[in-house]
Amino acid sequence: MTALSSPRSGFRLSRRSRRALLNLLGLLVALVTVFPILWMISTAFKPATEWYSLTPHPIPSHPTLANFRAVFSGSLVGKSYWVFLRNGLFVTVSAVILSSLIALLAAVALARFRFRLRTTYLIMLLIVQMLPQQALIITLFLDFRSWGLLDNLVGLALLYTTFALPVTILMLRNFVAAVPREVEEAASIDGAGPYKVFWRVLLPLVAPGLVATSVFAFIFAYNEFVFALSLLSPTSVGKFTLPLSVQYFYGRNGAQWGPIMASSTLFTIPVMLFFIGVQRRLASGLVAGAVKG
Amino acid sequence: MVRTVNGQPGSLRSPAGPTSGGRGGRHSASGRPLTSQQRFAVWIRRHRVAPYLLLVPSIALIGVLVLYPTVQIGVISFQNYGLQQEIGTLPTQWVGFGNYSQILHDPEFWLSLRISLISAVVMVPLTLVVGTLVGLLLSRLGPRMAAFVSSVATLAWATPAVSASVVFVWLATPDGGVVDWFLSKWPSWLGGGAHWAAFSWTNAALPAYTLITILVVWSGFPFVAVSVLAGLRTIPSELHESARVDGASGWRIFWKVTFPLLKPIFLVLVLLSIIWDFGVFTQVYIVIGELGQRDLYNLGIYEYANAFNMPPEYGLASAGAFILTIILLILTVGYVRASVRQGALR
Repeated sequence: MTALSSPRSGFRLSRRSRRALLNLLGLLVALVTVFPILWMISTAFKPATEWYSLTPHPIPSHPTLANFRAVFSGSLVGKSYWVFLRNGLFVTVSAVILSSLIALLAAVALARFRFRLRTTYLIMLLIVQMLPQQALIITLFLDFRSWGLLDNLVGLALLYTTFALPVTILMLRNFVAAVPREVEEAASIDGAGPYKVFWRVLLPLVAPGLVATSVFAFIFAYNEFVFALSLLSPTSVGKFTLPLSVQYFYGRNGAQWGPIMASSTLFTIPVMLFFIGVQRRLASGLVAGAVKG
Repeated sequence: MVRTVNGQPGSLRSPAGPTSGGRGGRHSASGRPLTSQQRFAVWIRRHRVAPYLLLVPSIALIGVLVLYPTVQIGVISFQNYGLQQEIGTLPTQWVGFGNYSQILHDPEFWLSLRISLISAVVMVPLTLVVGTLVGLLLSRLGPRMAAFVSSVATLAWATPAVSASVVFVWLATPDGGVVDWFLSKWPSWLGGGAHWAAFSWTNAALPAYTLITILVVWSGFPFVAVSVLAGLRTIPSELHESARVDGASGWRIFWKVTFPLLKPIFLVLVLLSIIWDFGVFTQVYIVIGELGQRDLYNLGIYEYANAFNMPPEYGLASAGAFILTIILLILTVGYVRASVRQGALR
């Protein structure tokens, strides 16, 4: 398009200066948005003398790894970062695998069958997705205590599986529905039983969908705070997941900003890499299966 | 109408019954008696229970870990379940609406409710306006710049609530925080000045919730921006161009062309933002420094503190939790209706 096609009103900027202005705005938005993250990372590399300087510098003048060393050695809260990472990965990976499998079964039911209570089930999912965790936790805490599941990562993993289910099911059922029925029918005409059709035909075809929904389950379980806070007691720091460890770190060492930011950085960077990797996929499933941030 | 759903799940071609599984009947084709596994398959087909069997695991988990605790909240909210009952020195008794009337006569409840309402009233429009503006900006930037800005926005979105909260507390800390430093250097006619040095953001409700609002908007706007951008991509560019050729201003184009077309998306975004921002917990818990300052509680923290502060008052907390849940469920009804209109139940 040429400059001639731009609107006639007199006070409009020329095409080029408008573009420059927009780019400037874009840079400003990016700068304001990224600032807290950069500040977190830069503080993580600052020695104690630079945390509180009278004129803050965005770049540490004497960068150090001491803060990270403190987090890895566990000198501040008694347990190393690796312990929290292991716990976090355990609950996250269990929740992702379990919720994917269970959700796939439900998604097949929803996408392939018409049955009574189908609508009821779907509405239940939408409501469960919105129930406040800080309300449920009161009775969940009492239940988990009577079931002996307090300070237990298996219990937490089951809880995360359950709360990841609504979004996972609602998203997966679209992927299952997108698999042409004829493919399955052809397979069963060729003599494949229902189990074979499920494992050999349907599963490979919905694998991309499983990856996309796993992302949501992963992020939810990796970041979850309220349940972990209430079901893992401060007397068993060795059971803490990553978000809880960061909060505990901050709660116990209010002024140790270097190590706090180092632990926060170690917790945050993997999710960010993950998000960047799946950015495209995220945008596609957004409004369909809205996800708690 | 914009749908992220591709295709229509579950056509009506076979109203019930599995699509796979091959031959039916009591006997296998060769006439031999059926194995127990085959007989089970026949039973599934005859009674059309396949979908229900597939739903059993999810219903079991949701039933035990979500629905049962929810019912319990309702039950315990009518009981005097507290520390005495917990250790067994006193029996649990039904107290009718006692917990509710105690809560409704508690000024701290009304304060927390007011804080929740006001902060949601500020956070929701702010998140939506900022997100929409950034979404519109992204749609007008060149491809490389747009990719850069949306990547950066994704970083904010990806930051876990716990990290974001701790980082914002650090930014706004009274001794050595960069926010106070910046404000103290800011020209006084713009509201800056030396009095900002060592200003504490977490000692009173107004500054604390200002900080929490900025934090919530910061982590919430990318979701809105990306959704709006995805919606904008579905609008044919001819619509905007012809409106512009007709001399419509950007403001008018937005309200007369863009907004009506994206209305379904906005409806869902508004409802989700209200539900999330009214129920915001993690950010508040960390910014106000756990459960220490009672006059900084919002509704979620208020009912949580009743259960987890010593001495625990589970009955009282359940009544508060029940009130919170009911408010959110009323909002959720709107969300469900909007989702139904977008085809969530098909």
